[in-house]
Parts: sequence; structure tokens; C-alpha cells
Amino acid sequence: MDLSSINPILLLASLMVAATPLLLAAVGELVVEKAGVLNLGVEGMMITGAICGFAIAVNTGNPLLGVLAAAAGGAVLSLLFALLTQVALANQVASGLGLTLFGLGLSALIGQGYQGIRPPSFPRLNIPGLSDMPVLGRILFSHDLMVYLGLTIVAGVWFMLKYTRAGLILRAVGENHEAAHALGYKVVRIRMMAILFGGACAGMGGAYISLIRVPQWTEGMTAGIGWIALALVVFASWKPWRVLLGAYLFGGVTVIQLNLQAAGVAIPVEYLAMSPYLITILVLVIMSADKSSAPASLGRIFHASR
Amino acid sequence: MTAPVLSIKGLTKAYPGVVANSDVSFEVMEGEVHALLGENGAGKSTLVKMIYGLVKPDHGSMTFQGKAYAPAEPRAARAAGVAMVFQHFSLFDALNVAENIALGMEHPPRLADLAGRIREVSETYGLPLDPFRTVGDLSAGERQRVEIIRCLLQDPRLLIMDEPTSVLTPQEVEILFQTLRKLTAEGVAILYISHKLEEIRTLCDTATILRLGKKVATCTPADTTARALAEMMVGTVLHTPERSGRALGDVALELSGLSIRSPSAFGCSLKQISLAVRQGEVLGLGGVAGNGQDELLGALSGELRSGPDMVRMHGKAIGMLGPMERRRIGLLCAPEERLGHAAAPDMSLTENAMLTGSLREGLERRGFLDWGRARGFAEAIIARFDVRTPGPGNAARSLSGGNLQKFVIGREVMQRPEVLVVNQPTWGVDASAAAAIRQALLDLAAGGTAVVVISQDLDELMEIADRFGALNEGRLSRIRPTSELNIEEIGLMMGGAHDMEVAHV
Repeated sequence: MDLSSINPILLLASLMVAATPLLLAAVGELVVEKAGVLNLGVEGMMITGAICGFAIAVNTGNPLLGVLAAAAGGAVLSLLFALLTQVALANQVASGLGLTLFGLGLSALIGQGYQGIRPPSFPRLNIPGLSDMPVLGRILFSHDLMVYLGLTIVAGVWFMLKYTRAGLILRAVGENHEAAHALGYKVVRIRMMAILFGGACAGMGGAYISLIRVPQWTEGMTAGIGWIALALVVFASWKPWRVLLGAYLFGGVTVIQLNLQAAGVAIPVEYLAMSPYLITILVLVIMSADKSSAPASLGRIFHASR
Repeated sequence: MTAPVLSIKGLTKAYPGVVANSDVSFEVMEGEVHALLGENGAGKSTLVKMIYGLVKPDHGSMTFQGKAYAPAEPRAARAAGVAMVFQHFSLFDALNVAENIALGMEHPPRLADLAGRIREVSETYGLPLDPFRTVGDLSAGERQRVEIIRCLLQDPRLLIMDEPTSVLTPQEVEILFQTLRKLTAEGVAILYISHKLEEIRTLCDTATILRLGKKVATCTPADTTARALAEMMVGTVLHTPERSGRALGDVALELSGLSIRSPSAFGCSLKQISLAVRQGEVLGLGGVAGNGQDELLGALSGELRSGPDMVRMHGKAIGMLGPMERRRIGLLCAPEERLGHAAAPDMSLTENAMLTGSLREGLERRGFLDWGRARGFAEAIIARFDVRTPGPGNAARSLSGGNLQKFVIGREVMQRPEVLVVNQPTWGVDASAAAAIRQALLDLAAGGTAVVVISQDLDELMEIADRFGALNEGRLSRIRPTSELNIEEIGLMMGGAHDMEVAHV
């Protein structure tokens, strides 16, 4: 056992990388749930985004185009969910589970020719001055663009929900869709847009895994991050900053346990591997003990005639 | 009162199987309070939905302030100057007052400016309201203020109010009426829907009466008796419930020092409630919604358990028994919330009859359900209580509120209870059906059942209860015979202590 081999600066830096896929998927799902829709298909949209992004990045040689394709792929898949639940009024839980299974299968099909290929590498941000700072520069300012995009989306979602009229309307639709309809808001349209946004975010989260974090394509490579994202939204009490906290906590524990494994700590690997899930959920459960509750219309089917 | 603000000509709207409105025409004048009267299902709701742009008429035309008016959506109606206060408040519990109001406006100012305007308007019209309180914490009266202020901020020319007083105390009703009179003095027209005929006689200048989707009369309510209004609505002579002389028996149900914590965060815990109801007696419990009514019903039905001795029936301690055991010994309850509490919305009437009746009506044998008898039981309820539905196979949800109410009350009444507890037995039910339900309760009492009626309709309690008590903040006032009370005193029993609570917050 050699704990001295763990470099705390590298650890903190890789925490942000490890957390980003979860962060993107969770903040997208947060918006969807705030609009009153429960989309359990996050895992499916992530893996679809992962392969769409990977395929386009490999074929064009441009990783940024890959990220755009991942967002589009996730959004298109979520459109299927939107049509099923908002137009055909199908059950959201069943449709979401179906979406995950469909996404896993579809991604395996698309990905058949892409196994064992390395994608083009993603440009790292290099900000003169900031990136050269000792310690902080390495931890905070020398990541790829996507890390900052994730943070920007969290801040943007927080600002939109709290300070803008669009955010107020979105929350109102999730809180009481009948009342929102009676006031003349287009419940179905607003929910469709939220679902598409959630799909795009999940898709980018998936692409982050296949293009940057791993980076290669294997079937089922999202490995349950989509489910963690769903749990994270609930335990974060539908608050964007708590989603960020939970994602970083999860990323942090993941990185630490990997380092511990490498250092050969005398704890069985299985316990180390489950620790990020346990610790993140434990902390968020304790934090979510306050009175904030789910959007009141969450998961309920809306039909204008009632 | 000069020009008509709104005139409606030949408005018709048909849904598959029903004609909701057929060739309805009337005019609402500037500065008048115009009542819209009718039984449940007479088409009042559809009519106002057409005026507010939520439903498109099949035929007919509307003119608003001299211009042709055909709103495609509520937004257009609001822009034209029509505002509406809904029967079931269209508020968002998790948002604060200012956010709720901003959602109802086309171009809301910034929240800070809006809060100032809310304070200003609420003071002008005597409706105090803090813009930053969460709506979920407000009382029913305060919630209604939110709706009214939301409408007033848009300077409406026509204000539609759908049963605005059903949840208010008499004092709150008085405040509302003052506000409405202030508005009409400024030339605003008000279209007012209510089942409470006495209210309409004091407040409204003109009344349009609908029956089965057609306009049957226009009259001046002040010159017409409440009875005549009701008879015009129903189309037949109205039958008033009669109290026959009853001999009171032994004490059937007794509560002593009942205290229960409310299971819900927004609920009201019960504090030291003591009362006794005798066989053949009707006890009326009034009070503003949210002062412990739901908790009391839960404590009586067995959904909330208490100390065994806190609830006694025929002298036996039953506080620890659950709903099924209480049903077995003859304590039956009909809760207020029809869909979801009294009835399972998506199950058929037969299934719903089975749910509470299986034990006392012998609808199950050794764990197997006897659907034939359940159907017979449901049909008997439908026949005796005149429930209007194609048959017992229909889902509870498909019935109108009043019809479902007749069904859920009838279901308990037909099980020959020894003690019957009902919460809001005639809420949202029209005059003739309400009279039928009240008569059934009185007949049951005449047969020796102890009846507890929890209601917010004071006229109802005065009409059928022998004694009256009021719930306030989970406490029960002294119980007094109804014959020695007037509405004024009851209002004080209900609201007096409540206002003092507010004052020192």
C-alpha cells in the first residue's frame, strides 16, 4: 500500500472530469422534472448520445461536431418519449424504461463498426495566466471546454428557474398543469421543449464519456450513470446547485476509490467500487431532509379536456 | 348601468352525447352584478368557459364593449378585459403570492415592482395580503384574495366569479361583497355563479337562470324569493327537508379529550376535542376549511388512530380500531374529497360500492367477491338517490361532482349505520339534490342513527343540525343548540379566535 502515490492536485483535477457526465445528465433531467415530466430514459439517451457523438467525431475528425451530434442524438431519442407521453398520453414510467432499453440496443447497433477506435482528442482549454497559476491553474483552469459548458448550463438553469419568466412558467407547469392550462399556457409545448433539452444534455453527458473520459466506444459504457443522475435529481431536491454538489461528490469519491484501488488498499475492490454510490446518496439524503418537495404534477398525465 | 358590457347571442355548445348550452342569449350591463344560476350540469361552467376563451362555441356570437368578441384562448380574453376567478382555485401551492399573480398577467413588471402594486391594490380593496408568502400556507379566504387581486391588476371590465363564497366564513363573505360593490361602483361588470340563493338575493342586480343548457328566465333576484329561484332552476316544486320529532336515545358516540397530531405539514392538529352525540341526533360541526375537519373525520373513520379511550362508541373504547373494524360495528364515514378519498376515480360504481359496503352488505364470502350482489347494491344506491349515470359499470370519474356526491353519501346511508359521519355532504351539489341528501340524513337520524355533519355551509347546518359546534385551529367551541343561535353568533364561533391568532403573528 502506497498512499503517497496519490497526487492531491491531480485528484481534484480529475474529480471535475469524472463528475461532468453525471452533471450534464442530471441538470437536464432536473429541467424535465421541474416541468412535471418524469423521464426514466436518461441512461438510454446518454448511451445514444455517446455513440452518435463518437461516430460523428471519428468520421469528421472534429470532436466539437461530435458533441453537437451527441446533443442532437439525445434530443431525437427524447422526442420519441415526448411524442409517446405528451401526444399519445402514454405512461411516463413505462415509456422511460422503454426508452432506456431502446437506447441501449440502438447504440449497440450503431456502434458495431466503432469498437477499438480512438476518437480525435478533445482540445484542452489553455487560458494564459489562469492556467499557469500554481495548484489552482491545474485544478480549475486547464480542462476541456465541456467541463465549463457543464458548469455554465448549471448556472444558466439556476438563473432561468429563479429569475426569468420562462423559468416561472416552467415551474408553474410542473406544479399544477391544470391551473397553468387554465391561465392559457401551452402545457404540452412547454413540456416538449423541456424534454428535448433534457435529451440534449443527457446526450452530451454520454459523449463526454465516449470522447473524453474513456475515450473509446464499448457497448453499455455509460454503466448506470443515467440512473445515478435520476437519483441525484431527487436527492438534490430539484435544486441545481445541489445537483452540482452531488455530482462533484460522486466524481470525487469515484476518483479517490480508483486511486485507492491503484494504491492497493486492503479493502475489497467491490466495497471501493460501490462507495461513490453509497456516499453520494447518503449525503444527499441527509441534505434533502428539509421541506422542499417534488413538483406537484410530476409524472402525471395531462389532458386538456379535464 | 348604461350600455351592455357583454352580450351573448344564441351561444350553443354540444359535446358528444350532451348539449351543454343551447341557444343561450343574455346581456351583462356595465356596473351590475349578474348572477348565473342553474343546477349541476345546467351548463353554467361551459358558458363561462366560452366567455373566457377556454372552450369554443359551436354557434352563436358574443359582443364585448360593442365589438365582436370571439376569444381563441384565455390570453385573448384577458387582453380584451375579461378576468375570471375559478371555482377550484387555479393557484400554484409551491410558488409565492407574487409569482402566482405574475403568471396570470400578460406583461408582468419585475417582481419587486409587482409586490408593491399587490400591496397597493390589496389595501385599496381591503384585501390584506403579503406578496412573498407561499400560497400553500394560505387559508382558503386568502387564496381567493390572490385570485381576485390577480384579476384586479389587469383592470378588467368583466369579472367572472365561479362559486366564490363556498369556502369562506360569513365575515369573509361580507368583505368579498364590499370589494365587489366597490368594483361595480367603478363600472366593472361581474358575472357571478353561486348555489347560495340568499347570497344572490343580497348581492346581484339581475339573474339569468339556466336549466339543462337552456336559458329559462331572467329576473331581479331581490324581488324573487329564494324558493322561487330554486324552483325555476329545478323546474319543479322544491321539497324542503322536514325534521320530524325525534326521541333522542343513549349516547352513541363520545369523544373525550381527543388530541391528534396532523399527519400533513399543512394540516391542523386536533386539540382536546370532547363531544357526545346521542342516537337520533344530528350534530353539526362548522368552521373554516383547514381547521381540523379532515383530521377529525380521519380520527372518527379510523384512518388516524388515537388513544383507545379518546373515542367511544356505545361506551366501548374504539380509538385504536382501524376503519374496517369500525365499519363492522356500525361507524361509517363519508369524507369530503370525492375523487380519491370517498371514491376511487377510475373504478366503476360497482367496485366503489364494494369498497366500503363489502363488510356490512355481505358482498364478500370467505375472501371471494360477490359481484352480483355488489352490482345490486350499487343499483339500489343509484335508484334511491337518483344518481344520474348510464349504469353502475361507469367509472366514478365520469360522474359530475353532484352525482358522485349523491352516490358516496347514499352508499353509507344504505348500509344502515349506527353512527354516520359526513364531511361537506352537499359540497358542489345543486339545490334539489342537496335537499334530497339532507332529507336522507334526517330520515336516518329519525331511525335512531347518530349523525355528525361537518360542513362549511352554515345554512345547511342550521337546517338539519340539532346542536352546533365550530372547529377553530383544531379546537372545538362549546356545543350549543341550533335553535338559540343566529348566523352572526356562528360566524364569531367560527372565525373570532382565528382572527386573534392572525393578529399576534
